[in-house]
Amino acid sequence: MEFWVGQVFNGISYGALLFLLAGGLSLIFGMMRIVNMTHGSYYLLGGYVALTVISRVSNFWLGILGAALVIALIGIGEWNAFLKRLGGQELGQVLTTMGFALIFQDLALVIWGGDPYTIRVPAYLSGTWQVGNLFFPIYRVFIIGVAIVIAVALWLVLERTRIGAMMRATVDDAEMARGVGVNVYLISMAVFSMGAVLAALAGVVAGGFLGVAPGGDFEILPYAFVVVIVGGMGSLKGALVGSLMVGLLDNFGKALFPELSYFTLFAPMAAILAVRPTGLFGRA
Amino acid sequence: MTETALLRHPRTAAIGAALVLLAAPPLLSSFLLTLLTQALVYGILAMSLDLLLGYTGLSSLGHAAYLALGAYSVGILTTRHGANFWVTLMVGVLAAAVAAAIFGLLALRATGVYFLMITLALGMVIWGLAHRWVSMTQGDNGLSGVPRPTGLPWSVAEGVPFYYLVLIAFALAFVVLRTVVRAPFGQTLVGIRESETRMRTLGYHVWLHKYIGFVIAGAVGGFAGVIWAYYNGFVSPADAELATSVEVLLMVALGGRGTLFGPAIGAGVIVMLKNLVSVYTHRWLLILGTVYIGTIVYAPDGIVGTLRSWLAARRRRPVGVAGVVVNPEGGGPHG
Repeated sequence: MEFWVGQVFNGISYGALLFLLAGGLSLIFGMMRIVNMTHGSYYLLGGYVALTVISRVSNFWLGILGAALVIALIGIGEWNAFLKRLGGQELGQVLTTMGFALIFQDLALVIWGGDPYTIRVPAYLSGTWQVGNLFFPIYRVFIIGVAIVIAVALWLVLERTRIGAMMRATVDDAEMARGVGVNVYLISMAVFSMGAVLAALAGVVAGGFLGVAPGGDFEILPYAFVVVIVGGMGSLKGALVGSLMVGLLDNFGKALFPELSYFTLFAPMAAILAVRPTGLFGRA
Repeated sequence: MTETALLRHPRTAAIGAALVLLAAPPLLSSFLLTLLTQALVYGILAMSLDLLLGYTGLSSLGHAAYLALGAYSVGILTTRHGANFWVTLMVGVLAAAVAAAIFGLLALRATGVYFLMITLALGMVIWGLAHRWVSMTQGDNGLSGVPRPTGLPWSVAEGVPFYYLVLIAFALAFVVLRTVVRAPFGQTLVGIRESETRMRTLGYHVWLHKYIGFVIAGAVGGFAGVIWAYYNGFVSPADAELATSVEVLLMVALGGRGTLFGPAIGAGVIVMLKNLVSVYTHRWLLILGTVYIGTIVYAPDGIVGTLRSWLAARRRRPVGVAGVVVNPEGGGPHG
């Protein structure tokens, strides 16, 4: 019993982290049709920037803020200089963003070296809660909380605000949106940087329990892709369901069938794709 | 100047390239010969992907899977069962072809970004098995001690004979793929790349053509993997990585999509660059990343494509490749 509750909890908290990362990827993917291999780099760089900020000012929240700002700038720069010209060219997008991913990987190595770090979290977020015989690390509860807040906020922005309506209009028909006076350029840039900031947030949060280390970018990137593929590109609900599924499958796979753990993750995904090529909640 | 002359006379160019490759070993140091051998292996892989990317217009992001299947077949069969070259060759190519036959059923339900994503995910299945199925693959440690091929009429233990074996493999792959793309089948693939709807209206079985192309590309990719394992003497999950899949895409794009020998040139450039630059600087990832971006910004049609259009501009007539007019926009699927 404890085993199952523990695994479910771990799965859900990992899923929550994946939601932060994949939610951003899904936005960029689904709304802008950009295949972004740099997404893992935003995650890694986010963690590193927060690490540096926290080591200077010893404030976890300022670390998150710093990471969000820096990564937003990087994302905006990359999109403006290169990606906005590559609409509809998947190959060009893959290669360009992969080039950036390699460059960022190398720069991170130059700046922060090859040692793994862990981001120091505030005292009130460390420790565990005990319920009966079960122990829940508070930090993992915190991650779940962050994911819920972000999910609700994203939903409200997209569905309930004027900006959100403009974003959806831009996605559905950019030309028409431009025609009725939407600044498509600004909106696209906003969506891209929002996705990048979410990845950075995931990186900071993950830095508190998975750590920040070289290679983290390409380690987590496939997970984010799988979530987006399973859930369907551009669907918030899809990213949520996909993250939980991948988080749980990953945990149970590793615990129950260690030798086939990735297989137990990717095989159900293939089964879903066989039935619905656009993912659970994706639109063609 | 010589390059343009060579492009103008493809047959002369092919014979010239073959002669250079045949005569190369005595002229090169053993280090450079090793690199050339590696370039030829990656050339096979890049050409196999070109059948999908260049001729059919399908960007596959999981081509490393077939390389890994071929390589792991060799690794497992030689180190555990002492299998000879022919057995590993058959099993390796067959394993890759079977995987492609299964993956194709899933991936070809989608196009564009979705195809890209599904092939990526399927590639990760193979990577996951290589990484985690430790009792079979030794996980991250990889399978070391893969011997040089046995069961051949002559010994290929030394660098030079092995180079010639790889050269034969390369030539074989080139001839097979060129035959495929020049056949009516290959021309149909190009038609599908240009307009799927048109080909369907004309009565072609679009899906079946793509599917067969997908399986052939996978099988040749597996062939490259078999040779790769013998070349490297070592098989590891890195062979199945996403980064490897993207690197092959870069080779094809850099050399020139839809030209078959272009991707082989692209493979050569990248292999040389990676190995030579890393001798002089630790920052070669930075340089490789710049090559990725530079390719898309400055040479979206690749080396061969750019040279061809430059040549065409000088001659002022449409560029034709084997009777197929190259899309001036650089090809690629629409929609």
